This record gives sequence, C-alpha cells and structure tokens, in this order.
Amino acid sequence: MATAEHPTTSPEAAAPAAQPRFERGLRVRAAVIAVLLLFVLIGLPQLLSLYYIDAMTQVVVYSIVALGLGVLVGRVGLVSLGQAAVLAIGAWVAARLLFGTGLPYEVVLLASGVITMVLGTLVGLPALRMRGLYLALITLMLAGAITVVLASLNFPNGGHGFSGYNGSEVHIPPIRRPGIAQTDPAYFRYSVIVGALMFLLVLIHVRTRPGRAWAAIRQSETAALAAGINTTLYKLWAFALASFVTGVAGAVMAGAVRYLYSIDFQTQDSITLLAVVLMGGAYSIWGAIVAALLLQLLPAVLNNLGVSPDWLIILFGIGVLQVLTTAPTGIVDQLPKDIARLGRLIARRFGRAPAPTETA
Amino acid sequence: MIEVSDLTVRFGGVTPIDGMTATFEPGVCGLIGPNGAGKTTFFNVLSGFVKPIGGSVTAFGEPLLAMAHFRRARWGVRRTFQTEQAIEQLSIYDNVAMIHEHSKLSGSSRRIDVLGAIELVGMASGPQAKVGSLGAAERRLVEVARALVGRPKLVLLDEPAAGLPDEETAHLGAVIREIPERTGAMVILVDHDMSLVSNCCSQTAVLDFGKLIASGATADVLRDERVVHAYLGGEAAAAV
Repeated sequence: MATAEHPTTSPEAAAPAAQPRFERGLRVRAAVIAVLLLFVLIGLPQLLSLYYIDAMTQVVVYSIVALGLGVLVGRVGLVSLGQAAVLAIGAWVAARLLFGTGLPYEVVLLASGVITMVLGTLVGLPALRMRGLYLALITLMLAGAITVVLASLNFPNGGHGFSGYNGSEVHIPPIRRPGIAQTDPAYFRYSVIVGALMFLLVLIHVRTRPGRAWAAIRQSETAALAAGINTTLYKLWAFALASFVTGVAGAVMAGAVRYLYSIDFQTQDSITLLAVVLMGGAYSIWGAIVAALLLQLLPAVLNNLGVSPDWLIILFGIGVLQVLTTAPTGIVDQLPKDIARLGRLIARRFGRAPAPTETA
Repeated sequence: MIEVSDLTVRFGGVTPIDGMTATFEPGVCGLIGPNGAGKTTFFNVLSGFVKPIGGSVTAFGEPLLAMAHFRRARWGVRRTFQTEQAIEQLSIYDNVAMIHEHSKLSGSSRRIDVLGAIELVGMASGPQAKVGSLGAAERRLVEVARALVGRPKLVLLDEPAAGLPDEETAHLGAVIREIPERTGAMVILVDHDMSLVSNCCSQTAVLDFGKLIASGATADVLRDERVVHAYLGGEAAAAV
C-alpha cells in the first residue's frame, strides 16, 4: 500500500543538521566523565588517608545501591523500602561463594548479582499489583523478613554447611579479595571500576528501549498499555536490574569490609537510603553518587571530627523536606542552578551585566 | 471497518453502554453525544481497559475483544486521551519512537517512520525537543503523532481539540483529515467541537445514554431532530 509509506525527503534532509550538535554534547560529556574517573582512580588514593579511602570504597558500594533504587523510584515510580535488605542478600551470597569456592572474584561478583537478581525480583512481585504507599509498606515488611532470616542464619565466616557459619570459631578468616586488589587503595580502584561498569549498564538501559518504557509507565500506566508496552514485563525488568546491581554492590562490600555481621544490616537502613536518594536526585543517575556521599562520606567526616553521625538523621529529614518542597529534582540538579544564580547575584552586586553563558 | 454488535458495559448500577450496535466505515468517523453518553467508555472498550458484559466488536474481520490490551496497540489500535499523555521526560522523537519499538515493525525503518509521523502532524519544534518544554497544542500533536507512527489500523482520538484555540484546532482538523490517506488507518473522532467534527468526518454516530440514537452522513446526523433533542433537551428542540 503506497499510502503507508510516509514521504521521507524533508525529515531526512533536516536530520543531519540536528545530529552532530546532539553527538558533540554527548562526546563532551563522555570526556568529562572519563577525566573525572581517571582522577578518582589515580589521584584520589594518593590524596586520601586510609581512613577516607575505606570510606570512599563504601561510597562506591552505596552509589551502586542508590543507582538501583534511583531506577525504581525515579524512572519507574516504584517506591521500594527493601533495597538495603537486597544489599545484604548480595553480600551474603558473595561471602558464601568466596569462602566456599575458589572462583575468581569477577565470577563471584557476577554470580552474586544474578542470584540477588532472582531473589530481588521476587521482592518486586507485589509491585505488579500495587504502587505508592502500599508497595513501600510491603517492601519494608519483606526487608524486615530478610533481616530476620539473615540474623538467624548469620553471615558466612568460613564454616561448613549451607550457612557457612561457625559460631565456635575463635580465629575468623577475613573474606578474600581479588589477587590484583589486596591493599585498601587497590581495592578502592577495583571497586570504582566495578561501579563504573554498573553505571554504564544502567545508563544503557535508561537511554534505550527499557528507559523509554519506564518513562511511559511512570507517567501513566494506562497510556503505557495503550502504547503497546507490556507493563508487567518492564516493571519486573526494573526490579531485576536494580537487584542485579545491588547484588554486585553487596559483593564489592563483602571484599571491602572483609568481616560481615548481620547487625550491620538494619531494616531502617532502607528508609535512610530512600531519603538520601531523594535528596541526591532520583531522576538523574548521577544523583546516586551524591546520595552515597551523603550516606557514607558525611558520617566518616563527622566521626573524624568527633561528632556522632546519629545527628545526620535529623539533617537528612530536613534535607528531604527541603528537596520535596523546593527542589524535587534533587541536589544534583539544583546545585548547579543555585551556583549559577549565586554567580549572577555576585555579578549584579559588582555592577556587571549577567553573562548569558553562566548556566552552561 | 469496525462492527459493534449489542455491546453492553455495566459499572455496578450504571450502564454507560447499553446494547450499542454500530458500524464505522473506513475514513474519519465522528462519535458525538452529550457528556456521559458513553463515548470514552466505548474507546476504553476498544483499547481493552474496560471489559464489556456482553456484545462483540469486530475490527477488519478480527474479534477485537479477545486481544490483551497491550497487544491491541501492537495490532494497530492507537488512541489519544482526554488528558494528554505525551511523556514529559522524553524528546518528541523518543515519544513517537517508543510506539514504534513496541509494534511489530522492524527497527530499520524506525527513523524514517518516526520522522514521517512527526512531519505529518507538522510541528514547529525540532524532534529532539523535550516534550516537557512544549505548549499544550504541540503536546497534543505529539500525542497524535504517537497514534500515527508505523502502521496503525484504527486511530481513536478522544477530544483532541479540548482547550485549544481556534487556530490550533483548524491545524489539528487538517491533520486529522489527512490520516486515512497518509497512513491507511481509519479514525474515530470524539469531540464537542461540532465545526471540527463536520469538517473532518464524512459520517458520524451519536450516542446518548449508552445507546446509538443516530448514524449516517455527518450533515444529516447533525440536523436529525433526535440529535438536537439529545443535545439541547426537549423544550429547546421544540423551539427549533
């Protein structure tokens, strides 16, 4: 049928003009990210003490967790209060595999991700039926259940059997690290590379077919269905992706701390996690890094200054309130705007006309 | 061609569609009626969001009601909503491309098809503009482009001109008139703007309280006294 073929001459002619500008912006952004990544890999371990290197490794772990939660909350609109428990599953599986097998660390990372993906997707099943407050509540209850099970099971410490836990052991061996990353700075670099790969994985998802389907579901599930989107599949896909990266983060965490205890994983951690993800900016994948800095670096700094990090819960409470009322896109989006506004304000004070390029 | 036979929808004690029987011919068909007549419910039945308690709908010879809702879009049922649903975070291009992605069409023709649909609705903004930055009229056009990309068979437009100024409505009307020839799809247009309906639609059906009260050539239907009665009420109709 000739009528079905759209006339193509004019849009094709217009396309080359729009395309290069689009790609140049992308290339600049990729270059900036590469430079930052190189600085973090090479420069940062030289500048920081061991105390802060360990804290930064935790920042990497939690930025991956926040990234996964950001996909659920920011991209699909599914609020999960169970992600810290999913992290605990990933850490448990990784510890078990690292003690029980001689598998290379990379294989353990992948296996923890896949096993956690299967279990975490089960946590996401209620999302097919409910949203909003009820979904949040159900995932919180599931997180509580996982915490209870892990507390009775204990984290593997080199023992035998399914749990790999030996309560009577006096000398507990540390969880092993990859051969190329035995020291803390080396392990930090290793975790940054793993983290960068997870960000890349999520970035690819967000920029392609699943990302567009998630945006449609977030806006209106009815309209998404009318667009031919299998919403069940894509919601489960989001939970699978979030659980996979969180499982990998758990495996990175296992090698970072080297001794895991169930007391380190609390149900309420998931709530704090959601708070910092909202503060950082759930709609941008870079918000996850801000969230992790708030959650892990800030307490380390306060500890170093002799201030109890418990005070942070108050700060986070105020922070979420501020974000929800005045900057719903989070710090990662708001801060550059605020700096630009400050720049204009200063420029006006000194009687100069505001430069139009400030916001760029 | 869409054949609707004895279609009935009931929500509790309300019967928004009550034994509706109608035939929609290829081209642009109008579907009008007072508020609450069952027009949007009929669209929801066609797109699968509402399950009727009885009756059948045959679209181009296929039983439509047996298909799962998201499969109907892939098959060729497309629609716009009364409250426009273009996705704010995505660009115009991605908004339209998404529909193509979830259809049965191959990815190799996507770029041409998507740009073709955007060109068909005629927008001032470039395809990479974010929908969140567009005005109401352009967002409507994005939604229409979403309904037209690829190979739609049946395009349902639910009050596409609601809230638009006359100039934009005229542009939209010109786009709607071109749809059957340019895409091969048939269109059912629901709108309260009678000049848009009479400009676009060769035939029109009228629903009132869930029943089909008139159908035929648009000019005849709009003069039909039962239609005037349904719209204006008994006394006003008597005065006419």
